[in-house]
Amino acid sequence: MGKVIVITSGKGGVGKTTTTANLGAGLAASGQKVCLVDTDIGLRNLDVVLGLENRIVYDLLDVVEGKCRLRQALIKDKNFGENLVLLPAAQTREKDAVNPEQMSELMERLRRDYDFVLLDSPAGIEHGFKNAIAGADQAIVVTTPEISAVRDADRIIGLLEAAELYDPQLIINRVRPDMVRKGDMMDINDIDDILAISILGVVPDDQDIIVSTNRGETVVTDKKSRPGQAFRNIVRRLLGEEVPFMDLQQRKVMHWFKRILSGEAQ
Amino acid sequence: MFEFITRLFGGSEGSKNKAKERLRLVLVHDRASLSPGLVEALEEELIEVISKYLEIDEDGLEVSFDEGDDSVALIANIPVKSVKRNL
Repeated sequence: MGKVIVITSGKGGVGKTTTTANLGAGLAASGQKVCLVDTDIGLRNLDVVLGLENRIVYDLLDVVEGKCRLRQALIKDKNFGENLVLLPAAQTREKDAVNPEQMSELMERLRRDYDFVLLDSPAGIEHGFKNAIAGADQAIVVTTPEISAVRDADRIIGLLEAAELYDPQLIINRVRPDMVRKGDMMDINDIDDILAISILGVVPDDQDIIVSTNRGETVVTDKKSRPGQAFRNIVRRLLGEEVPFMDLQQRKVMHWFKRILSGEAQ
Repeated sequence: MFEFITRLFGGSEGSKNKAKERLRLVLVHDRASLSPGLVEALEEELIEVISKYLEIDEDGLEVSFDEGDDSVALIANIPVKSVKRNL
């Protein structure tokens, strides 16, 4: 029986879909069988991020309503074939076209065939959120280091616990090492101080993400990419390995020099 | 001059501390906002417990939250009619 993990956030635009796609591809690259489910009915995006938008025939709603068999709706990934499949969201229907019971039932079916089922949830706390978390055993909350995103993450953590999804884990996305160094951006320690949640990973902001998304590819398999490395580390942690957090402070000499000047290093 | 140099090389007085401070405050308030149902349940149980020891005016009971700069206090105003002596 596989694990069902929902990937969610309070604020929109923090990188949930990119995270879902990369973790899915990373898990598949590690030999796991993975199913990605886009639960954002009416605003689907996981298909374009994976470059699979032209292959959609049926969607999640067609499966729930019995218009097709589950297998017919699952789209195989370009690189990983059977080991990474996507169940796309319906694009033309209302958000309340599916209910949490139907979602739970669908997750039970998927977890029989896959090691990991990752659910890309819509942002916010509306109906779509309840659908996305129904049937999940674990939650990953994505945030950026901005005050508004962290605040909304705190709210989501409370709601997840109220829904009995305990011990969610946090991914801090789009961290800019240059700004952290100047003290103009919160880092992993600052956010750890503020939120009562364990941190699963930190992903640096990088143009690689935009370039790969433009092409409909994931960065997790790109050995040279820093965010790719960050996602690979997260994948290993999901598989139970202990991996230290990436050191985002590249310019160590500068850091050392600054400490000398400020009289800290003696 | 020294300030200028530390700024040049990334001083510790960046805007993130401001962000942290504001975030802490806003979360204290966010986390303290209880639903009306919860407050009602709290009132009922307060009455139940206090009635064991004191005779109180249930209709005059008021429960509210007072939000300070970095803390939240529960304020309960409970008019007492008399003390139960037989306990």
